[in-house]
Amino acid sequence: MTDQAPAVLVSGVSKIFNDGTPKRVEALVGVDLRVERGEFVSLIGPSGCGKSTLLRLIANLLEPTSGDIAVNGKSASQSRLEQDYGMAFQQSGLFDWRTVAKNIELPLELKGWDKAKRAERAREMLELVKLPEFADLYPWQLSGGMQQRIAIARALAAHPQLLLMDEPFGALDEMTREYMQGELLRICAETKTTVVFVTHSIPEAVYLSNRVVVMSPRPGRITKVIDVNLSGERTEDTRNADDFFHGITAVREGLRGTHADHANAGAVRGVEDR
Amino acid sequence: MTLRRTAYRTAMFVVALAGVAALWEFYKWVGPDDGGKVFGVAILPRANDTAMPHVWSMLSRYGKPELRGSDTKIWEVVLSGAWYSFRLSLVGFVLGGSIGVGLAIVMARFRIFERGLLPYLVLSQTVPLIALAPLVVAWGGKLEIGPFTWPRWLSASVLGAFLAFFPVSVGTLRGLSSAPTAALELMQSYAASWRQTLVRLRFPAAVPFMVPAFKLGATGAVIGVVVAEISTGLKGGIGRLIIEYAREATADPAKVFTAVFGAAALGLAMAGLVAAMDVLLMRNRPKEITA
Repeated sequence: MTDQAPAVLVSGVSKIFNDGTPKRVEALVGVDLRVERGEFVSLIGPSGCGKSTLLRLIANLLEPTSGDIAVNGKSASQSRLEQDYGMAFQQSGLFDWRTVAKNIELPLELKGWDKAKRAERAREMLELVKLPEFADLYPWQLSGGMQQRIAIARALAAHPQLLLMDEPFGALDEMTREYMQGELLRICAETKTTVVFVTHSIPEAVYLSNRVVVMSPRPGRITKVIDVNLSGERTEDTRNADDFFHGITAVREGLRGTHADHANAGAVRGVEDR
Repeated sequence: MTLRRTAYRTAMFVVALAGVAALWEFYKWVGPDDGGKVFGVAILPRANDTAMPHVWSMLSRYGKPELRGSDTKIWEVVLSGAWYSFRLSLVGFVLGGSIGVGLAIVMARFRIFERGLLPYLVLSQTVPLIALAPLVVAWGGKLEIGPFTWPRWLSASVLGAFLAFFPVSVGTLRGLSSAPTAALELMQSYAASWRQTLVRLRFPAAVPFMVPAFKLGATGAVIGVVVAEISTGLKGGIGRLIIEYAREATADPAKVFTAVFGAAALGLAMAGLVAAMDVLLMRNRPKEITA
């Protein structure tokens, strides 16, 4: 039964770039990860730890050098072909020449949906991200935060069960970022979507996630998995709650551990402490 | 806003034209009538009325008959010649544009073609057009496919296409490769086929690169057609008028300039056509300063 299968199952995966050349890089070595359905999992770590590579492997944009990846009980490539997941990047990646609504319709168009059905779904998605009045504008007429919400709407347009996000809020200012985090949690709760989220912000990972996966570089690997599970519904008060700070401390210590070789490194480079 | 910019540009164009005319007249005024020699080498052009007629005599020539005693005014002859060449250039432009875009697609699709083909495309542009023109006419004359016989004018269009396709293929190739990695990954994540990616992403992303390429191609087509008319002696076009009138340069020096300006206007008309396409295609894009 594929319904019982975990959303993502990564077993013994390694990814080596430029193998057999002097530029050989071990991006990932021996990675195991299991993400249950409905879970929100963040991947965090300093630059070069392979967190984006891991996300791209799950998305089947890259092939692993060794090991297996299953998404919803199917092979990663099968899942990609069936568009089982939606994806959002740091750059919203909206097409300048398409209106907001047409951007959201893009994945549906590629799936061969008819026009009326596409338009209806685009309207629904715009309601979901609370931007219904912007359907006929062009992306460059919107603010960065709005563009990112449209990108999320596009990623979710085909109602995928899995959402893969690569630092989607990395280019936003702090205020917009916190607002977007709340919105993302609301949207995922409404749509019951599983999320794998790459970030290098510790508070962001703790605020959003059920589990935070801590990674370290050279070679890229998972060093620790921290259960966060902040109690109850997340509100602005959550950011001042003890649980939240405990979570942050735990993740920070996890990251420190990965840098035992950098004896005098006070803060972990490439990871925001805000 | 846009209207004001258009008005400003038009005004600048007129000012620039007036500037060139003023410079011309200024040199006529100060320059030596029989040219100037520096250390025995003729460097300064002659400023006499035969070599450099006054601007006003060139302009007034348009209103006079083409030949002494004939009823047709010269502006009518130049206009119909320009119109004829314009149509040939348009055929050459469409032909060259299609070939250019086609080559760009093939090169973007298969890297091996880009490596193998591009050097030859560059090489093709070093072949002198004048040498090529009689060959194309000769080959075309022998071509007969069923009821289709090669009309003489088609050779001129083909030579126009020969100059037009190169900038189009290079510019389009650059444009097709300009789609950002994130957008390509996105299309890949949708399991989009190469064709879907081409139509929905690569082509729209290429438009800002294709417009200047097509502008170069359009003027290239005009040059190709005019040169082909001159070197193959094709009648009816502006190129033919230029050599005919040049023969009368001693007796009627202003005459040849009427045809030269006609050719320049023809190039502008073609470039204007592409500019109109640009406005149409880019109307919904972010308004940024174009380099």
